[in-house]
Amino acid sequence: MKRSRLPATLTALVLLFLNAPLAVLVLNSFNASRFGGTWEGFTWQWYERLWQADEVWDAFLLSLRLATATTLAATVLGTLAAWSLHRFNGRLQHVHRALIVLPLALPELLMGMALLSLFTALHIPTGPLTIWAAHVTFCISYVAMVVLGRLRDFDTHLLDAARDLGAGPWQVAYRVLLPLLLPGILAGALLAFTLSMDDFVITFFVSGPGSTTLPLRIASMMKTSRSLPVINALSTLLLCATFLAAALSLRLGRRCTPPS
Amino acid sequence: MKHVFRGRTTEWLLTTPSLLWLAIFFALPAGLILMAAFRPADLHGGLGDGWSLAAVHALADPSYPALWFRTLWLSLVATLICLALALPAGYHLARLPRRRQGVILLLIVLPFLTNFLIRVFAWKTLLHPDGPLTRLLQNCGILSEDTLLLYNSGAVLAVLVYVHLPFALLPVYAAAERFDFCLLDAARDLGAGAWKRFWSVFLPGVGAGAGAGALLVLTGCLGQYVVPQLVGGTDNEMIGNRIVQRAFSDRNLPEAAALSGVLLIALLLVLMAQARKRRHSAREAGL
Repeated sequence: MKRSRLPATLTALVLLFLNAPLAVLVLNSFNASRFGGTWEGFTWQWYERLWQADEVWDAFLLSLRLATATTLAATVLGTLAAWSLHRFNGRLQHVHRALIVLPLALPELLMGMALLSLFTALHIPTGPLTIWAAHVTFCISYVAMVVLGRLRDFDTHLLDAARDLGAGPWQVAYRVLLPLLLPGILAGALLAFTLSMDDFVITFFVSGPGSTTLPLRIASMMKTSRSLPVINALSTLLLCATFLAAALSLRLGRRCTPPS
Repeated sequence: MKHVFRGRTTEWLLTTPSLLWLAIFFALPAGLILMAAFRPADLHGGLGDGWSLAAVHALADPSYPALWFRTLWLSLVATLICLALALPAGYHLARLPRRRQGVILLLIVLPFLTNFLIRVFAWKTLLHPDGPLTRLLQNCGILSEDTLLLYNSGAVLAVLVYVHLPFALLPVYAAAERFDFCLLDAARDLGAGAWKRFWSVFLPGVGAGAGAGALLVLTGCLGQYVVPQLVGGTDNEMIGNRIVQRAFSDRNLPEAAALSGVLLIALLLVLMAQARKRRHSAREAGL
């Protein structure tokens, strides 16, 4: 029987469309030409300039600190949220679910405007702390969704079994539930970390003087043509980090599926 | 037998942290957008004392209808293109062997997890007048010397599709993976042609995933401002650009809040309609 080649061709084109721009970026980070229209020889000079750009590293360190603090808070809150959404099913969870899902469905711009209105109305000066609060807010939903996805395949009878064998509620949570959920929680934490490192739109709304995160720094670098090739080099390094994170999260996913 | 963690107190203990956080940093601020729209602007870009209808009256600005229309038009076209690409790709992907699926998923997720600004920047380099794509097309004689690939609605549309495509692709793939492909064979045995099989069997089968994906793309596009700002010209601004301009350049937070409020209410209505429809179909399936 002859199957249509159309879906396969389209899939190949979609993959090309998604990855070609990034491949060009990586190539250009080694290209001596400034705009990368033509290949003018191999160079490390953009990486050297990146290495000397202190303002980029300051921004990177701030982003790293914020992402770590965000991940800690969002993972705890998101995991608790996922567990209560999974375990209970009443009016309270109805409201709870809406509050978890809505931040994912609304554009970031609105979340940024909302938080800006809040901090302005309460006269709270914007800075690292407001960025952290904003990041935790949108990361809770992502962590909750990832953990909830894992909970769907989770056999709750295991908890009852542990209970019947004489374990107390905290013992059940700590010795049975947590180890079984750990791959899901770690995958959620990794996602939260990545999202916090990457966020530009919401951060732009709630950042103040002296709180330039890495994406904000990239945005200001994009305005001067002198630093454009340096962004290529920085992007290549960030792509490598993203690749490692994705590979790690894939491994975590594989470990929790039982061998069949 | 008493189940573990089932009590009312436990439910509140487990729910309160995230519920409280989201109430303070999400629900309350969303309501504050609507409140800020009825306050006067102060000189420092904040909110003045008392109440004012100035920002609401400013919504009647004669430049806004065209802006709203363009925002809606660009977002709808981007959503349709995303679906047109995601449906065949999701179909193809779900029929591949497991191992191949993993590799291809990585090729979809990797650009998706890459910094959003960098993805837009990559397109800016690609379409730049001195960039590789312009050179290539000029050398092939497709593009004349003075035609710009950047700063037009085509560039905005292409990048909107680029950054939002995974939002459509992943839900469609997830739905297609659960789809029973034997149904397509059955339809063929009953004499249905390729298009008929696609429209009447496959599409209803992955409809929920496609709908969820399309909604994510649509809402994402409607709130976009970075893409038109970086790859669009002055004629390609979307409503998001005006919101950012009012909030930061004009230092008029109430007007920015009024525009955001309109967008927020419109999106909430769409989301509520979709939730109602889903509950309705779930009830019908339950009967």
